[in-house]
Amino acid sequence: MTTNETASETALLELRGITKAFPGILANDRIGFSIMPHEIHALLGENGAGKSTLVKIIYGVLQADAGEILWQGRPVRVSGPAAARRLGIGMVFQHFSLFEAMTVFENIALAMDGERDNRALRARITTLSKTYGLPLDLDSHVYALSVGERQRIEIVRCLLQNPKLLILDEPTSVLTPQEVERLFETLRQLAREGCAILYISHKLDEVKALCDRATILRAGRTVAECDPKVETARSMAELMIGAKVQPPSRPKASGERAERLSVAGLSLVAESAFGVDLRDLSLSVSGGEILGIAGIAGNGQNELMAALTGERLLPVRPDAIVIDGRPVGSLGPPARRALGAVFVPEERNGHAAIPAMSLAENAFLTAFRRLGLLKHGLMSEAPTRRFAGRIIADYDVRTTGAQADAGSLSGGNMQKFIVGREMLQEPGLLVIAQPTWGVDPGAASAIRQALLDLAANGTAVLVISQDLDEILEICDRVAVISEGKLSEARPVAEITVEEIGLLMGGLHDLAAQAPEGRVERGS
Amino acid sequence: MSGLDWLIPVVLTVITASTPLLLAATGELVTERAGVLNLGVEGMMLVGAIAAFAVASATGSGLLGILAALLAGAAMALVFAVLTISMMANQVASGLALTIFGVGLSALVGASFVGIALDPLPQLSIPGLSAIPVLGPILFGQDLLVYLSFAILAAVAWFLARTRPGLVLKAVGESHDSAHALGYRVIAIRYGATLFGGAMAGLGGAYLSLSYTPMWAENMTAGRGWIALALVVFATWRPGRLLLGAYMFGAITILQLHAQGAGVEIPSQFMSMLPYLATILVLVLISRDSTKIRLNAPACLGKVFRPAR
Amino acid sequence: MALRLERRAQHSQLMVTLSPVIAILLTLLSGIVIFALLGKDPFLSLYTFFVLPLTSLYGLTELGVKATPLILIGIGLSFGFRANVWNIGAEGQLTLGAIFGGGLGIAFYDSDSALLLPAMILAGVLGGMAWAAIPAWLKTRFNANEILTSLMLTYVAVLLLSYLVHGPWRDPDGYNFPESRMFSEAGTLPLLLEASRLHLGAVIALLVVVAAWVLLTKALIGFQLRVVGLAPAAARYVGFRQKRLIWFCLLFSGGLAGLAGLSEVAGPIGQLTPSISPGYGFTAIIVAFLGRLHPVGVLFAGLVMALTYIGGEAAQIEIGLPAAVTGLFQGVLLFFLLACDMLSTYRIRFVRQPAAGPVASVKPAAGEAAAQ
Repeated sequence: MTTNETASETALLELRGITKAFPGILANDRIGFSIMPHEIHALLGENGAGKSTLVKIIYGVLQADAGEILWQGRPVRVSGPAAARRLGIGMVFQHFSLFEAMTVFENIALAMDGERDNRALRARITTLSKTYGLPLDLDSHVYALSVGERQRIEIVRCLLQNPKLLILDEPTSVLTPQEVERLFETLRQLAREGCAILYISHKLDEVKALCDRATILRAGRTVAECDPKVETARSMAELMIGAKVQPPSRPKASGERAERLSVAGLSLVAESAFGVDLRDLSLSVSGGEILGIAGIAGNGQNELMAALTGERLLPVRPDAIVIDGRPVGSLGPPARRALGAVFVPEERNGHAAIPAMSLAENAFLTAFRRLGLLKHGLMSEAPTRRFAGRIIADYDVRTTGAQADAGSLSGGNMQKFIVGREMLQEPGLLVIAQPTWGVDPGAASAIRQALLDLAANGTAVLVISQDLDEILEICDRVAVISEGKLSEARPVAEITVEEIGLLMGGLHDLAAQAPEGRVERGS
Repeated sequence: MSGLDWLIPVVLTVITASTPLLLAATGELVTERAGVLNLGVEGMMLVGAIAAFAVASATGSGLLGILAALLAGAAMALVFAVLTISMMANQVASGLALTIFGVGLSALVGASFVGIALDPLPQLSIPGLSAIPVLGPILFGQDLLVYLSFAILAAVAWFLARTRPGLVLKAVGESHDSAHALGYRVIAIRYGATLFGGAMAGLGGAYLSLSYTPMWAENMTAGRGWIALALVVFATWRPGRLLLGAYMFGAITILQLHAQGAGVEIPSQFMSMLPYLATILVLVLISRDSTKIRLNAPACLGKVFRPAR
Repeated sequence: MALRLERRAQHSQLMVTLSPVIAILLTLLSGIVIFALLGKDPFLSLYTFFVLPLTSLYGLTELGVKATPLILIGIGLSFGFRANVWNIGAEGQLTLGAIFGGGLGIAFYDSDSALLLPAMILAGVLGGMAWAAIPAWLKTRFNANEILTSLMLTYVAVLLLSYLVHGPWRDPDGYNFPESRMFSEAGTLPLLLEASRLHLGAVIALLVVVAAWVLLTKALIGFQLRVVGLAPAAARYVGFRQKRLIWFCLLFSGGLAGLAGLSEVAGPIGQLTPSISPGYGFTAIIVAFLGRLHPVGVLFAGLVMALTYIGGEAAQIEIGLPAAVTGLFQGVLLFFLLACDMLSTYRIRFVRQPAAGPVASVKPAAGEAAAQ
């Protein structure tokens, strides 16, 4: 890594008045800050605050509508990622820019503009992997790798170009706490050697543990710049979120606590070559409780969800999934819904809802059988519109009405609509994946509260979430999914973050022996 | 060796029946590897065929005819590229439109060329070598387009497997978003691959109207463009298997022609169905293993690329 | 200044309706160029092509004759296209409908039973369905691409018809022409109008349009087709069975294509001949798109495309234009249509290219209070 002698005077990167609008939303509104060499600089903000847009502008993937980028004091125009790399900017994307069907080596070679000699490149990769503790098998195909390994490819790919500035967009959202610690070691080593790091996150404890300075974004604007080592997590959270968010209230559950869903010995081979096999999963959810399934994305959550909704059937062992005492493994979604189960999958667009259809049609989509919206094979339009109107009113969905396209809603409003659609069907069981992923804080807290209220009314709720804080906040018990296996569910009050972290990494034995007491991550 | 002499005309005709398929399918393979599904091969072949025939009969030069076919095929592909890559239209519908348009355009231009005969492309016999018994006429007595079909296939195989631009092209077909994020010019690369596919389809058409049956007839491709598309699937997007597939189809075509000529007691219409039925059969055989298709098919095949700006 | 496409926040319903009109106008404009290139007076040619056929009653009835098969097939295809089921072998299904229904007509060539025609219609529908069932089975059972299989089967169907009329079904009194017997009066669709060729099939087509409209917009099956087409994952999520919908789409479109084939041979043609369709099965693909995959739209689109056939014939007779001009116009029209479709999802903006080097920073707007 090169060291800039005049580092202390000139900023490595300075942004002035960066503005970027998309149809209907001002993603970046006159954002400005600067990064010094050697510095680990945090860009902190909630989902949707404009962080990803801003770093894409820095990396040249997007072009700003207005504003100025200064690189080592000189104004520059970053016309594309290749131009960014020439300046010395490397970037690790949140959703990796990898090619699944290609090998690790091919993926790295594709990012090396000038490199023609494959043998020399291999040697360089091996040396670099050793130096930074980032082991890679160059000839395996990417689809066979874990998320952590994929991230290593991205990082190695950047480091090979000797960047002066390394950008990481939410790098830890897919890592176990232990992997996070290892990544931080690598980043600190890089910073010591002179590489500046722009670290994008919404996780306060990580920023406190790693970063020298933090710029806080809210709703597309710079709202503060601070020293995270000095600030408290609470003060930064308030800057990030703006208003103080109400912690959800936990109503007391009423009614009996009969078992509504039981999964026993569920095994399922992944449908696609890029998926994860489920191995001998067991769980049980009773009325009135919320069971959380924590885990890093890509460890079998999608496959578990497909098995629970009935999108994938289990003809051989129909009794691996039992709803209200009935084996349902070989029944499709309509039969499971008839038993009182409703489902909210992770992806809103095109899975839980259809953007190009009206809200009324989207309401009809899952509710027409339970609510009798079909008469003699024809759709009953007026009752359907009334039902959609009720969802909109009860769940505070901001829209022009039931005839609006679902695609015209913001992510948070669309999620409220979907959750409302399922909850108003008075389910005995709700299975929901990533309930607040990519949703603004206001909508997120409303959805969490609705989940707690639903459980209090006697519904059994199963939450599959990557967001550990969310799980700890609303769930009664938590189990961890890792590489297609599920740990035993334990009461939230009796499990530590470190234990969950070990379970996420697939270390069941270690987690069982973990010492009592909380261990801070990364300090 | 004279015992094998009967084989020579059979192999020679198999080569002539396979060459147009091989040319068109090689082009489509490159197009699809870049993530573009162009169903207009039939239309591009027809336009290539009439362009080659018109220019060759006007100038008397087969070479100029070939050149015209290359340009005409590429021009057709350009229309498709503008629609699907720049204007983001549905690729399936646009491909169908290209075929319908090509059928009409070639028939219109060709109306005044019906019934004209043309000297076939000369055989480029290599002195000495072509005199070798059996192998000589087969390996060294073909016309230019046959040699070209092999040379281009080999070049494409090398390009895709060994070169960096080939790697980039495959990357664009695999994930256009990732390729874009790395700074590759997805749109330009797709234009290039689509134009190459068009030029090759034009070449396949030229072979039909200049060499296979040196004349023009409406719809003379008779579904070969569609068979070429099926061949790309059969080959699971790999050049080596494409050669196998194309020659298998050439052999079936010739087999049924020879059987008809030999007076086999089956109505000629049923014999003529064979290549089409064989296409269905190979499609079924290769597609039933859906994992194999998914692992080999370019992941972005047929998907619209919408770059954020 | 540069042209730039900008995604609309919401689909423009106006542009969805307007784009076929724009496409037709652009096709007419390019018609002027094509006619001029062919050395004909462009305006006389346009008049002969697109107006002259509409000036006589006979011309108008011919419009109905040609539109009937196009509308029937177009309706069927539009259902499939909505659900991403690409049946492009309608020409073959049409042929099989003609063979099944026509076979009945040949077998009972001297019958005067009132049941003959209904039986032929039923056989025609079943023939088309049977031919479409093959790609449906290959798709659902073996995952074979229906575009290629249905198209290959078209060539097979045409060869099969050719074999029949050259061989076993050739008219014994037909001087060796490759044609079947004429069907009996009872095996022919009754005419709606004296001195025209407009037959009962046109009424059937109109009924099909109404039924299709109800199916698509009001019935569960139409909703399911739309969901599968727009969001296959959502269809799986609520348990709409994809395979069943593939079967439905192919059988529905195959049956209607078979009906179209029967109505051609039992209507204007009156017997089986080697070529019973000037490519209606392929032109109907354009009809489906031009009609916005909507039954009412398909009705109008069928009439427009029928005009290109009649206009082509008129232009051939009156001013000696080659018949192939029709096909060319049809292809051009579909190109323009696909291009215009973009306007419903995107708007075209003229934007100033950002200047190279430093970009001027925006002035802070009034009321900037949020920072710090």
